[in-house]
Amino acid sequence: MSEEQIKSLEADFDARIARDEKIEPKDWMPEKYRKTHIRQISQHAHSEIVGMLPEGNWITRAPSLRRKVALLAKVQDEAGHGLYLYSACETLGVSRDELYEQLHSGKAKYSSIFNYPTLTWADMGAIGWLVDGAAIINQVPLCSTSFGPYARAMVRVCKEESFHQRQGFEIMYKLCNGTPEQKEMAQDALNRWWWPSLMMLGPTDAESVHTEQSMKWKLKRKTNDELRQQFIDQTVPQADILGLKIPDTDLKWNEETGHYNFGEIQWDEFWQVVKGHGPCNKERLNARKGAWEKGAWVRDAAMAYAEKQSNKKIEKVV
Amino acid sequence: MKKNWPLWEVFVRSKNGLEHRHFGSLHAADEAMALENARDVYTRRNEGVSIWVVESRHITASNPENNGELFEPAQDKVYRHPTFYDLPDDVKHM
Repeated sequence: MSEEQIKSLEADFDARIARDEKIEPKDWMPEKYRKTHIRQISQHAHSEIVGMLPEGNWITRAPSLRRKVALLAKVQDEAGHGLYLYSACETLGVSRDELYEQLHSGKAKYSSIFNYPTLTWADMGAIGWLVDGAAIINQVPLCSTSFGPYARAMVRVCKEESFHQRQGFEIMYKLCNGTPEQKEMAQDALNRWWWPSLMMLGPTDAESVHTEQSMKWKLKRKTNDELRQQFIDQTVPQADILGLKIPDTDLKWNEETGHYNFGEIQWDEFWQVVKGHGPCNKERLNARKGAWEKGAWVRDAAMAYAEKQSNKKIEKVV
Repeated sequence: MKKNWPLWEVFVRSKNGLEHRHFGSLHAADEAMALENARDVYTRRNEGVSIWVVESRHITASNPENNGELFEPAQDKVYRHPTFYDLPDDVKHM
């Protein structure tokens, strides 16, 4: 194809997205669109899969059967969300194995928040309330993104996600209305998860390299800073209801802007964790790789069994 | 020897009276496992009363590049729609 032809195809393509038309897998698309979507959707899928690990840590130690079934259901949802997203990603012509390989080799990233440890039961509350809360803010606009399979997966994810946040808040609410030790445990969890949750919404607009292109493709509808402000504005009153104090001395309601002012985020820490030096990066990746490698014989056995059965069917027909 | 589990497309009937609708896809070694996985991945909240799975390689799809030849001929056949026909205003029930 000549350069001119590609330019004209690209102009048509951009116009379709501007008209809010959806792009489906077999449609022509610029190579950069395909690559960017593979990167973002797979990163999203990896985050769901790795995101099961910090919570899996507490399934066997949940304080009651009610809490245990809820946590199990939440973790199972995360596996499901990862699978919806991997499938959406595969429609762009990348195989599941390639995607796993990118995760296991460290080439692909996942949300850095999952590299923090879950030290107490209150962390299950804080993760549901804050981490899932921030994720919802990130994900809701993606339900109307331009790539059809991604948008459809996100509609399913968002429908299921609100139970996650509510179960987390309920855990916090119970602890905050329990003994002083329990309330202290909730405050400690908030202290540790607050800043990483703010970082989870991505680098500041000035530092974010992909924002402009992603806005054009509707992979993003609001900038990272707008999403972060929205998260803070809606979460502070929730902390008040719990009677917990957000660990930010600069946090203050600003009558003029109608938003909360907040303190400076330690971006050095964020980049350290992204680069692999967070408290649990190695542990998470090892757990993930271990599960994949130790499951290899099961996958092979299932395939061998399927082949044997299908050969038997053929023999019968003959 | 390393063989990957093939890809399957999943169709779910959400309740009797409605058609099966495409829900998504998944990997499984055989049709029995594809059904079981489809149940776990796509119907955790009573989304369905019936599931179909079909290996993706058995689906033949039209190519969007041929959309012109395939679908445009229908565009100028307005006489296939009831509004094409002029009727006096006092005709009822038609």
